[in-house]
Amino acid sequence: MSIKVRIPTQLRILTGGAGEVSVEGSTVGEVLKALDAAHEGFADRLFDDNGGLRRFVNVFLADEDVRFLDGLSTPVTEGQTVSIVPAVAGG
Amino acid sequence: MDFVSGLRCRECGRTYPAEALHVCDYCFGPLEVTYDYERVAATITRERIESGPRSIWRYADLLPVADAHPVDLGAGFTPLIRADRLAAELGLGELWIKDDTANPTGSFKDRVVSVALTKARQLGFKIAACASTGNLANSVAAHAARAGMESVVLIPHDLESAKVTMTTVYGGRVIAVEGSYDDVNRLCAELTSEQPSWAFVNVNVRTYYAEGSKTLAFEVAEQLGWQAPDHVVVPIGSGSQLTKVAKGFHELWQVGILDEEPSVRISGAQAAGCAPVATAFAEGTDVIRPVKPHTIAKSLAIGNPADGWYALDAIRSSGGSCASVTDAEVIDAILLLARTEGIFAETAGGVTIATLAKLAAEGKVRSDERVVALVTGHGLKTVEALTGAVGPTATIEPTLEAFAEAMGDEFEPTTEHAARSAR
Repeated sequence: MSIKVRIPTQLRILTGGAGEVSVEGSTVGEVLKALDAAHEGFADRLFDDNGGLRRFVNVFLADEDVRFLDGLSTPVTEGQTVSIVPAVAGG
Repeated sequence: MDFVSGLRCRECGRTYPAEALHVCDYCFGPLEVTYDYERVAATITRERIESGPRSIWRYADLLPVADAHPVDLGAGFTPLIRADRLAAELGLGELWIKDDTANPTGSFKDRVVSVALTKARQLGFKIAACASTGNLANSVAAHAARAGMESVVLIPHDLESAKVTMTTVYGGRVIAVEGSYDDVNRLCAELTSEQPSWAFVNVNVRTYYAEGSKTLAFEVAEQLGWQAPDHVVVPIGSGSQLTKVAKGFHELWQVGILDEEPSVRISGAQAAGCAPVATAFAEGTDVIRPVKPHTIAKSLAIGNPADGWYALDAIRSSGGSCASVTDAEVIDAILLLARTEGIFAETAGGVTIATLAKLAAEGKVRSDERVVALVTGHGLKTVEALTGAVGPTATIEPTLEAFAEAMGDEFEPTTEHAARSAR
């Protein structure tokens, strides 16, 4: 199924400037791998050496942090949006 | 002229020019300002600092922006107060309170915002924005007004009413978001990609903003007669302040202002309802699991602290500790600090003092140490937290008799009064 992915400024260099792209996948992990297949370079930026998300990369599914869901195994459904957001902080 | 040599990723070491960048394009690691310390050391002296303004700007040589007329309401150079009565209650020896309630908008955030907006203005930004748990909102709205900049402030919808009023009074736009601070923060991080012409002080100019917290360490050292303390207790929200306090003491030595390399133990304080860093410390792990906050200490209610790893590292490498305290302990600590030292702290200050008490009881903060606790915000911002905990001793008719009755044995009329009433 087709899932929309929102791309932060820092990674738009990989998508030819697009802030939003659509890819196929049934889990968050599959969506991100499909993103890398369509726009090479994403996997390198998003994943650490063990295949997990880098610690300053936050991924949200329908505005919920996937760390509160089932991480990269979280199932996605048609119409949902995945957002990639750099971690920032400071009350 | 500043002494900044550039920006550097804390994770992978890639370097960047000193522009409006906050994360590494490659790995999303946070960027850190780097300085030409040799040039700073050749310029900075104790006398040069001491003859500067009584604000954070006396330390301009170690800040990421130089400006003869900074965006300034007078942040910093707040009192460092010797707290003997509190120390006696906690079984400590030499204890000092860094009273940052005395800042222009009542919290330490004035330090970081003054730096952030001065840099933002230099970079050409016209609009100041932020995601905030309240204190930052107050400070951004006030400093933007002072600088003649527009402001857009995003806050969680359930903030304390004083923090909402203290933000809206300055006339900028204030957007209350139906969600937690972490939701607001995520929204702002996404907005930064859509509104690159806005200076989000804690997002795209955060690299500069965070440096303002170093001035807490600079001031403490100066106020102790150019000596570092043995132990500092710092509240943890995002973890940025704690990390920068550690950096500040080290920098003073690096540029020759302190005679000896400081070895300051840094301990962290969190609320039990939002304690991802304290939990990781207790479990001895590097993994900081995000949490959904539930605490009265809303200014520390950051469930996914981006600088948590660095805070944890600063605590561990300095030999410090980290603990969390319940909401009830926070309220008791607010009252204890007020009763013993005359300082009224917001809930975050209660978290710091309650944690200090806990660590002192466990022997982790010791009575032979010179200890400084950072009280970072004013109690008037969070009066709701004290509902039911304090109130008038009595409500009476305006007569001497009613007063005497309300005061009981503590009130003895003077002879003259007694004589007059006997007449």
